[in-house]
Amino acid sequence: MSIRGQAFIAGYYEHPERVIKDRSLPTVLAEIAYGALRDAGLGPDDIDGFVCSAEAPGFGGLSMADFLGLRNLTYLDNTELGGAAYLSHVGHAAAAIAAGKCQAVLIVMGGLPRSLMAPRWRSGPEDPFEDPAGIDTPSEYALVARRHMYEYGTTREQLAEVRVAASLHAQHNPNALLQTPVTIEEVLESPPISEPLHRLDCCVTTDGGGAIVVVSPQVARSLGRPCVKVLGHGETVKHSMLGRTDLSISGAAVSGPLAFAEAGCEPGDIDYVSLYDSFTITVLLSLEDLGFCPKGEAGRFAAEGVLRAPHGALPFNTDGGGLCNNHPEFRGGMIRTIEAVRQLREEANPAVQVPDCQLALVQGHGLSLGTRSGAATLILGREDA
Amino acid sequence: MTAELPVLEVDRAPELAPYWEGLHAGELVLPVCEECGLVIWIPRAACPACMSADVAWQKQSGEGTVYSFTINHRGRGAFASASPYVIAYVELNEGPRLLTNIVGPVEGLAVGSRVRLAVEIDGEAAQPRFALAEGERRE
Repeated sequence: MSIRGQAFIAGYYEHPERVIKDRSLPTVLAEIAYGALRDAGLGPDDIDGFVCSAEAPGFGGLSMADFLGLRNLTYLDNTELGGAAYLSHVGHAAAAIAAGKCQAVLIVMGGLPRSLMAPRWRSGPEDPFEDPAGIDTPSEYALVARRHMYEYGTTREQLAEVRVAASLHAQHNPNALLQTPVTIEEVLESPPISEPLHRLDCCVTTDGGGAIVVVSPQVARSLGRPCVKVLGHGETVKHSMLGRTDLSISGAAVSGPLAFAEAGCEPGDIDYVSLYDSFTITVLLSLEDLGFCPKGEAGRFAAEGVLRAPHGALPFNTDGGGLCNNHPEFRGGMIRTIEAVRQLREEANPAVQVPDCQLALVQGHGLSLGTRSGAATLILGREDA
Repeated sequence: MTAELPVLEVDRAPELAPYWEGLHAGELVLPVCEECGLVIWIPRAACPACMSADVAWQKQSGEGTVYSFTINHRGRGAFASASPYVIAYVELNEGPRLLTNIVGPVEGLAVGSRVRLAVEIDGEAAQPRFALAEGERRE
């Protein structure tokens, strides 16, 4: 069984604020959830599936299901793949709808990391053997970038083009945290964080979040509004692989082909990509592992300007992405998915709307490409795709 | 890069005691699967390749090469005052790739540099770190 065409994204909401000091996280999550429901033309009683990840406050999904007033639930999922989780959630929701477990699924994420820093996870068995090296997320991705430079000759200038393209898109997004275009030189000259990555190679930290509503074809028809078809999904976990960590490849090499096969299309068919951009290097690995360019070529590929909307060969992250717009709770997958939905509904900011956008791909990478990461790929299409 | 790095106390699983005893003797002692031969990293009591619980603790050469490295300018917690410092993946001659630090003089450090084990000990805490091997330093 395939999920192709079995479910539609009927509503979404990206919280417009980037710094939230005056409300609690459950209240903000309710703003997000109800924003998506209003966009879909649905209410809490219409929702029979509820999906969130480990960052949701309370016990699993139970506390927030209660808080949001979801009384008719027949499907729950708390899959945790870090920032990639929400792409998995869309795939799982579509599969559950196709299997008849539910008809309308609400997926919610958010956090207040600028305003409220809470312990985020319990320790894993690897922690005593990795944490004492003084690692953190930027340094782990820096190891990936250094290895890519060594193996393929990738340069800091090529990485910087990813940031420059994102910043050119963000200037058209009035909600983006950073709306000023930057130059290659400004990226190169920004302060070093963990070399070879500098400040402008890193995504923003924002409060807020986003939500999506996934519904059955019957519900989609009844709503009378533009819905986006879920065409394909793939996910995997890429870790140390028995202690022989390979930094040159990401889980997208597995999740991407799965999604393309389910959707029945190829990289050359894709009109727009939302690529996880926790760091500039994250985008380069996705471009290669999804087959948009040969392995090792993504730096040169990006430097040709292909990522710049609306007329580059492969416009990406037209909201400004995590690098410039929004990366709430250190997790970008929901907001990347929402921008793909906007492109397919022709609701992107006009200057970066991709003409005749029929097929979009979303790639997520959760936790860390430098150690272990969840990867998920979604392929979405217009209603008539 | 002159500040000394902190050596953190961490939770020690009782079944992994030989690893920590090895470090306190200045050696890297890892579990090796008696069934399939895998040199196991992260240390654990059963082989993640073949599930065998027949693992033997064996001293490793302590020699390896730098697979990748970064100079972290923004260490957190105990590492804040030690920044900048070098974090690296070191590939041991025996195969595993360890997330660790390169300590001592690092002029000339590059991917592919040969390194040698340099265990750091602070009271009850011990941490396997590495230093550039003789002939790899560029003064």
